[in-house]
Amino acid sequence: MDNTNIPVSSSPFIPSSVSVAQIMRTVIYALIPGIVIYIGLFGWGVMINIVIASVSALVFEWLMLLLRNRPVRVFLFDGSAVLTAILLALAIPPAVPWWIPVVGCFFAIVVAKHLYGGLGYNTFNPAMAAYAILLISFPRELSLWNAPLDQVKQSLGFIQSLQFSLFHTLPATLQYDSITSATLLDHVRTEVGLGKTIDVISRSPIFGYVSGAGYEWVNAGFLIGGLWLIYRKIISWHIPVAMLVGIALISSISLMFNPGIFTNPLVQLFGGASILGAFFIATDPITASTTPLGRIIYGLGIGLITFSIRSWGGYPDGVAFAVLLMGLTVPLLDHYTAPKVYGARA
Amino acid sequence: MKKLWRFKGGLKLPGFKSLSNSRVVQQAPIPARIILPLRQHIGEAAEPVVAVGDKVYKGQMIATANTFISAPVHASSSGTVLDINQYAIPHQSGVTEMCIVIETDGADEWDPKIQANPNPELLSADEIRVRIREAGIVGLGGAVFPSAAKLKPTRTIDTLIINGIECEPYITCDDALMRSQPEEIIHGILMLRKLLQPLECIIAIEDNKPEAIAALQETLVKLKTAGVGSVNTIRVVSVPTVFPTGGEKQLIKVLTGKEVPQHGLPYEVGTVCLNVGTTAAVYNALYAGKPLVSRLMTVTGPQIKQPAIFEVLIGTPVENILAAAGGTVSDNYTLIMGGPMMGMSLRNATVPVVKASNCILVEKSLAQSKTTTMPCIRCGACANACPMNLLPQQLYWHARSKAFDKLVHYNLADCIECGCCSIVCPSKIPLVHYFRFAKTEKYEHEVKAKFADQSRIRTQVRETRLEKIKLEQEARKARRKAERLKKSAANTNVSKQASAG
Repeated sequence: MDNTNIPVSSSPFIPSSVSVAQIMRTVIYALIPGIVIYIGLFGWGVMINIVIASVSALVFEWLMLLLRNRPVRVFLFDGSAVLTAILLALAIPPAVPWWIPVVGCFFAIVVAKHLYGGLGYNTFNPAMAAYAILLISFPRELSLWNAPLDQVKQSLGFIQSLQFSLFHTLPATLQYDSITSATLLDHVRTEVGLGKTIDVISRSPIFGYVSGAGYEWVNAGFLIGGLWLIYRKIISWHIPVAMLVGIALISSISLMFNPGIFTNPLVQLFGGASILGAFFIATDPITASTTPLGRIIYGLGIGLITFSIRSWGGYPDGVAFAVLLMGLTVPLLDHYTAPKVYGARA
Repeated sequence: MKKLWRFKGGLKLPGFKSLSNSRVVQQAPIPARIILPLRQHIGEAAEPVVAVGDKVYKGQMIATANTFISAPVHASSSGTVLDINQYAIPHQSGVTEMCIVIETDGADEWDPKIQANPNPELLSADEIRVRIREAGIVGLGGAVFPSAAKLKPTRTIDTLIINGIECEPYITCDDALMRSQPEEIIHGILMLRKLLQPLECIIAIEDNKPEAIAALQETLVKLKTAGVGSVNTIRVVSVPTVFPTGGEKQLIKVLTGKEVPQHGLPYEVGTVCLNVGTTAAVYNALYAGKPLVSRLMTVTGPQIKQPAIFEVLIGTPVENILAAAGGTVSDNYTLIMGGPMMGMSLRNATVPVVKASNCILVEKSLAQSKTTTMPCIRCGACANACPMNLLPQQLYWHARSKAFDKLVHYNLADCIECGCCSIVCPSKIPLVHYFRFAKTEKYEHEVKAKFADQSRIRTQVRETRLEKIKLEQEARKARRKAERLKKSAANTNVSKQASAG
């Protein structure tokens, strides 16, 4: 009765029921409501960017896996490259030439991810590192955002969007300026710089019900997806809540001191990349803190830095830089916020 | 309702208890040969007191405990001592240990010296402790710590906890015991109460065992109406089914809200924790005078034909138990002794059932299941699941790099190897495997370091000694030389004087 085929393995004998690919897929699913609203309100450019970014990310991932002699089948379909690509595509404006997402994915996958050791080893959030590089390298392309479709006389159809992406040409009847507009954060920044008060500025059609027209709905979509991720226990509440509380806190204080030049917290929360950043970017497990207290400090820090960059820094939005900066503090946070072990003296 | 607390982490696991828990407890057949390891407990191995060829009775002590943390071994059936030698014991890597092998005669004849004791209430605390020790009783929940050593705490005990949790999937033998022998358990508790004088006794049972809860509660009421007033201090507490509530530290937290200090023992927070099986064994030892020679055991799993709960003689080879349960469904199986979370895979079925064996789980072959391990994505699921509030992912990094100081910093020693972190890991990293490995490595590292330290000290001592000898020699030489010089000077002086004279 000698059982010869018993491998040397130790308990537990119950296999893990979750996988990295499942987690990545779930996060991608959670992005769908926001993406659908985004496409609906801002046109096909969003979709085109997502597709170009995903394909190029997979190609770069595949090449890097080959070069690094890693099992292609396992890692190419783990969903991480596609998720990075989608987040990057959502961070850039919908109407950009095709090479913007491609160059972005090159930085994200090749430099930020694989040169640091691949999945699990990257120090910086790949999507945000790539976005920061794009923003610094191609400021013009990265700052022209589409106006909501209902605010322009004529908008781009699917083919026209594709043409714009691939050949950078617009239909003869259209001017580039007529399909783009400043984003809310950008607008507020410029106008406040010109000495106008928020009362006056907020009469602009760029303002919607609570924040940027159109974008507030996209963010509502991301919020729903994010809450679903918390419900599914894919992410914990600590980082998103801390980040949003951080933004709300500092914007409320600023508003109290100078209501003339600061917008109300809701504008900050539903404008720019606050919601997307809080639920989908700052929660990237690889680059975020892992302890409960560490996550709260990490989230708060991102919120505070984001608002600071928006208000006093050189860019209209600051989520990407905030995430990258707080990423630097993670080893320290993890070290000093390790929870008390059972039975340890306080 | 008693107020309950929560321990951090833990998991809700599928039970798979229904495979075996509807079965009536059966007597497993007496095997032709019984293999009794001399160390079935934590501590020193027992010393044999029989020789090859000796005739032994059932219940006769065949190996004695000579140290405080040890337990004697008794023949579990009558027969002849066939061999005293190294045999494979239930162990992950198939190691051997000294065992006494008995060829049974089938008569299963009890030692005539074993007498029932009608009035164990009259025994003194010390006598009770001695009898528990001499009966070879160890913690039957799996830790197999010699019980008598636990029953002599150095401070007052507030709560005596009787652990009927049985939180591992598949295992049902404690459940069966509580359903079939509630009176024995409660009488056992009353005897333990005499020793420890606790303010209260709690029998803790997970809420997935309503029949066991009812059986014990009914028995308490019955004894109370029969006039046994001391049962008033005993109560049955139903606790939520969360793995690993059956862990001593976790259970103490759930019932008392207190945490056993790190590297400390339960009595430091006024508790003593014993398994229900141990309590029943205490009853047998004190009332019937019988030592621990058998235990209840679940045989279950998807690959066994007739899942069952057996009363098994300690020392019965596992293969006999499998046969008694109708054999396996196919040849493609893995044997696990214990549960799927903390049990061990057996290399072969010839190893005996020992005092710690609560279950034989016959699983589908593990050889077929191939999982690809991905890199850690730092998701923290392991830390959320850890019932000791450790950071398994940090431990994993440091275990991989053998950073022993870091492993100490992150409290590797507190890991109870419950397996929660491993089964929630999306990257399928066998975390517990790494931790066991790291514990062994760390131990070896410490032994080596200690040896190196000792060698260094020895060398230093030797060098100082040699130095001292050398100095002394030189000093002596110098003194002699000085003396010689003085003498010769004196001589010269004398001769000078003489010549002058």
